[in-house]
Amino acid sequence: MNQHHHHDHDDYSHLSEIELRVRALESILVEKGYVDPAAIDALVETYEVKVGPRNGAKVVAKAWADPAFREWLRKDATAAIASLGFIGRQGEHMVAVENTPDEHNIVVCTLCSCYPWPVLGLPPVWYKSAPYRSRAVLDPRGVLAEFGVNLPETTRIRIWDSTAEVRYLVIPMRPEGTEGMSEEALAELVTRDSMIGTGLARQPEAVR
Amino acid sequence: MNGAQDLGGMMGFGPVAIEQDEPWFHAEWERRAFGLTLAMGATGSWNIDMSRHARESLPPADYLSSSYYEIWTKGVERLVVAARLVSREELTCGRSLVQPAPIKRVLKAEDVPAVLARGGPAERPVEQLARFAVGDRVRTRNMHPQGHTRLPRYARGKTGVVELVHGAHVFPDANAHGQGEQPQWLYTICLSGQELWGEQADPTVSVSIDAWESYLEPA
Repeated sequence: MNQHHHHDHDDYSHLSEIELRVRALESILVEKGYVDPAAIDALVETYEVKVGPRNGAKVVAKAWADPAFREWLRKDATAAIASLGFIGRQGEHMVAVENTPDEHNIVVCTLCSCYPWPVLGLPPVWYKSAPYRSRAVLDPRGVLAEFGVNLPETTRIRIWDSTAEVRYLVIPMRPEGTEGMSEEALAELVTRDSMIGTGLARQPEAVR
Repeated sequence: MNGAQDLGGMMGFGPVAIEQDEPWFHAEWERRAFGLTLAMGATGSWNIDMSRHARESLPPADYLSSSYYEIWTKGVERLVVAARLVSREELTCGRSLVQPAPIKRVLKAEDVPAVLARGGPAERPVEQLARFAVGDRVRTRNMHPQGHTRLPRYARGKTGVVELVHGAHVFPDANAHGQGEQPQWLYTICLSGQELWGEQADPTVSVSIDAWESYLEPA
């Protein structure tokens, strides 16, 4: 990414083409009264501060700790996730898919960037980029290796290409040696990538 | 349309570029582009399928050489022009030249939490029964529409099994072109890696797509 030099000079000659383009667009839309700049601030703040993968980690930790919740999550993920307060845009129709020793799930959106915002926040750049979108469906083991994940050759790999408004959340496998841990402590083991399927949950030693 | 957005199965883009401790945005203009896109979406001047189509119908070379929020910005520019909210001339000179057009609503900061919480559910009640059930074998159509579609090229003309039935959802192929929601039953179809990529493909891999009923025929 380009270095960002923003010093609020009177002339904008130091701005890149895209910075100028976005600035122009916002000026016009605000001037015409279509957009309230404070609403832009509020939208950005929501996804920069309030929503993120800690939400999903709470869902997964609860599923690990509470068999009834796990069952609910598998049957009606939208309702189970909503019960924890995670609702709304880009999470209207949720499906949770569970990793097992025999089967590993990976989520992709080959057509754009569909991603479960209420539980994971906004997607990372790699999720939206051509290398991941092109190869996750064709060479998932190669992609996993780039994330440092090497699964046994016999593990079945399931790719979920989010081509509609359904959003997928991977429930990673609960690490060994975590019996008796609180939901809060378990949530610390759940990484963003483990809920996309490009990572595994952390071992308890890693967070001590 | 067979645009540059339909990346599944392409080669040559190199390894996945993973960034440790990645920030939510990489520059202030990305924040503004993100917020502008959502705020304009909330005006009700277009729907999410039109919004996706505006991005996906960028010329392929432009799409592939633009960053994510550049694509979003170009998408909003196209949408505001198509909706006659802003003229090309205004975009070029960077300021408003004529009176604003009437707009359905303007998103206020205090309404942002409620609007995001409501989201945009795509499920709709329909009278017709689902044509397919879990476990049915189906074949995806070999189709190449000029307009918007959510059936990726790599999954056309392939045989798979219905894994989930989601209810009837807004049909993007129609909704993207202002033809109404025309809801159809939506299914998750599981396709084997070998069906998609040939006999040499990894037999442990399978890929599922979400497909509307008219994308499918019995197999």
